[in-house]
Amino acid sequence: MSTTPETTGPPTGPDFWTRLRETTPSRIGLARTGDAITTRHLLEFRSAHAAARDAVHEPLDVAALTEQVTALGLGDPVTVASRAAGRSEYLRRPDFGRHPADLGPLDDVPRGRDIAVVLADGLSPRALSEHGAPLVGAIVEALGDRWSIAPPVIATQARVALGDHIGAALEVGTLIVVIGERPGLSVADSLGVYLTQGPRVGLTDADRNCVSNIHPPGGLSYAQAARVVAGLVEGARALGRSGVALKDTSRAAVEAAERSALD
Amino acid sequence: MTVYRQTLDGHTYTFDGIVDLLAKATPQRSGDELAGCAATSDAERAAAQWALADVELATFLQHPVMPYETDDVTRLIIDRHDAAAFAPVRSLTVGEFRDWLLAVAARPDAADVLTPLAPGLTPEMVAAVSKLMRNADLMAVAKAARVTTAFRNTIGLPGRLATRLQPNHPTDDAKGVAAAVLDGLLLGSGDAVIGINPATDSPATVAELLRLLDDIRSRFDIPTQTCVLTHVTTTLDLMRQGAPVDLVFQSIAGTQGGNASFGVEIEMLAEARDVALNLGRGTVGNDVMYFETGQGSALSAGAHLGVDGRPVDQQTLEVRAYGLAREFHPLLVNTVVGFIGPEYLYDGKQIIRAGLEDYCCGKLLGLPMGVDVCYTNHAEADQDDMDSLLMLLAAAGVGFVIAVPGADDVMLGYQSLAFHDVLSARSVLGLRPAPEFETWLQTVGLSDERGGIRLIDPSGSALQQLTAVS
Repeated sequence: MSTTPETTGPPTGPDFWTRLRETTPSRIGLARTGDAITTRHLLEFRSAHAAARDAVHEPLDVAALTEQVTALGLGDPVTVASRAAGRSEYLRRPDFGRHPADLGPLDDVPRGRDIAVVLADGLSPRALSEHGAPLVGAIVEALGDRWSIAPPVIATQARVALGDHIGAALEVGTLIVVIGERPGLSVADSLGVYLTQGPRVGLTDADRNCVSNIHPPGGLSYAQAARVVAGLVEGARALGRSGVALKDTSRAAVEAAERSALD
Repeated sequence: MTVYRQTLDGHTYTFDGIVDLLAKATPQRSGDELAGCAATSDAERAAAQWALADVELATFLQHPVMPYETDDVTRLIIDRHDAAAFAPVRSLTVGEFRDWLLAVAARPDAADVLTPLAPGLTPEMVAAVSKLMRNADLMAVAKAARVTTAFRNTIGLPGRLATRLQPNHPTDDAKGVAAAVLDGLLLGSGDAVIGINPATDSPATVAELLRLLDDIRSRFDIPTQTCVLTHVTTTLDLMRQGAPVDLVFQSIAGTQGGNASFGVEIEMLAEARDVALNLGRGTVGNDVMYFETGQGSALSAGAHLGVDGRPVDQQTLEVRAYGLAREFHPLLVNTVVGFIGPEYLYDGKQIIRAGLEDYCCGKLLGLPMGVDVCYTNHAEADQDDMDSLLMLLAAAGVGFVIAVPGADDVMLGYQSLAFHDVLSARSVLGLRPAPEFETWLQTVGLSDERGGIRLIDPSGSALQQLTAVS
């Protein structure tokens, strides 16, 4: 006889919730004890929250990322820090995260290339560590050899708009910011890509295009995301701008790219 | 501009106008620090509260925080002000108003006094008095004010706690949404609304989700309302095409610029409400609007600068959003209190305080307030903070809260309450669901004779058929 008869209630068909869980990542059908969830579910939730929080607060391993990014062969990466002095300030002051502390590290980087790529830690440095270099590699491959690409820039304590300062300083046509997204309980290592044509200080989110949820195997794969980004680059350069006006052009370009990938 | 002065411990603090005074009198908040309008020390904050306590309530009618000429929310607030309703408190200062409210709240006829007062209050008056209140004051006054609304059931009755069942899905998959709806219903959730935040703004997807929810509701004869939370213009188009819309949803802010950043104008809301009213889908009432708000939205849109270009504090702007909401007699209004992030509400303490402020201020203005008790993973908060806020709100008679499977919203990437949490709050505080929904729970065998939600085998429940989505 069970010593905790109220823990799970009457017998539930073992596959009832299992079958439904195939339809959603939601935490459905959690067993009850009284009105509360059982200890197992409580601890699972706390573990997921801990992972998400750690993903926010773990500092980026710049040395390891530099090594991975160097191997892409785009030139020696340089690192730029935002004005946010630490993680606590970064979280409280998004305005600091959008401004560089010092653009001096860019002094020796060649100007006027077609494209620059910024790898930004954002709210999930772990996402950048795990997926940043392979994603940039896939994007470079998808772009082919039509464009000149500046040596990569690694940005720490960075918000998306920090890239505008870097892109403007490097006088590039198109800026690609790869950034760690706000971690949820289900996924703590998701990357987003923001594309800006003609980057300059003072642009808003309405001037950028975004590709989100890049985190294989659960989210977009590197190749899928890279195809979309390459399509956006084509569209932005043809149109001379990015943001709201770009959508239809890029979709057509992406669909064309997907069609050719199927061929 | 009136310069306010206050001497405290031998130091004289000055505040340049009402906007500055309101901001500096606000309890510590990261969003006000970000906007550059917060008090720079605890002593300055205390001095501002002393000075604010001496300001007459009528001052807020003469000195709006956003200019009348350029802000349509201000025009609505001033033009709709009911001088006769204001009469009982017209001569009071903000400090005297706090004393008056707490005295009224302790009387048995409090609701009879506060309900007719609401049209005489402006958001700025209510925001100001809330800044002087402690958390327990906010709870006492909020509980004393009574606001009930109705569509297919009745929300806001004393002794009741309703929930929005939020079955979000990362790809809007119909089967996945239906599975989450089943989970929520089996746990007694969904009386305020079954409402989805769609992952896409595609009208075709929104229409499919509306039909899915309407089908579930009508097949099982559930006395509740459904909603797909998309832009008001999308809902308006879909209503005209015959989609089954119960409630018109929109996120709103407390400034014209904030609403513009949501792509919303006041006329749009009025038009959508008229169309929804004409559908006549309500059974026990016809309150057809659903609004979401949240501190920080105007600042996040860069639409927070008031008279003389000064930043207005985020709590005052939030209450101004309620001033806009009440024009449209909503069924539901909820503040998504911890959603935006720690740059606006840093930690559990700030989130709990803001949740109670929002609830109290909305209720005083006559709104059916609910709260999404929630936080993001980069905020300094956890589920213990959510338990605290839920229990405080429920004890203070909040109309509804939002609940998702296991407290984990897998589409929006934040944590709200679990269906289980609402069961706990109902049983700890002796609260029940909306009456029509409670009767339904009994009819389908989900609720026991004491009103508790049974532990049942879902495979034996007729409701399980709702997941058989084609």
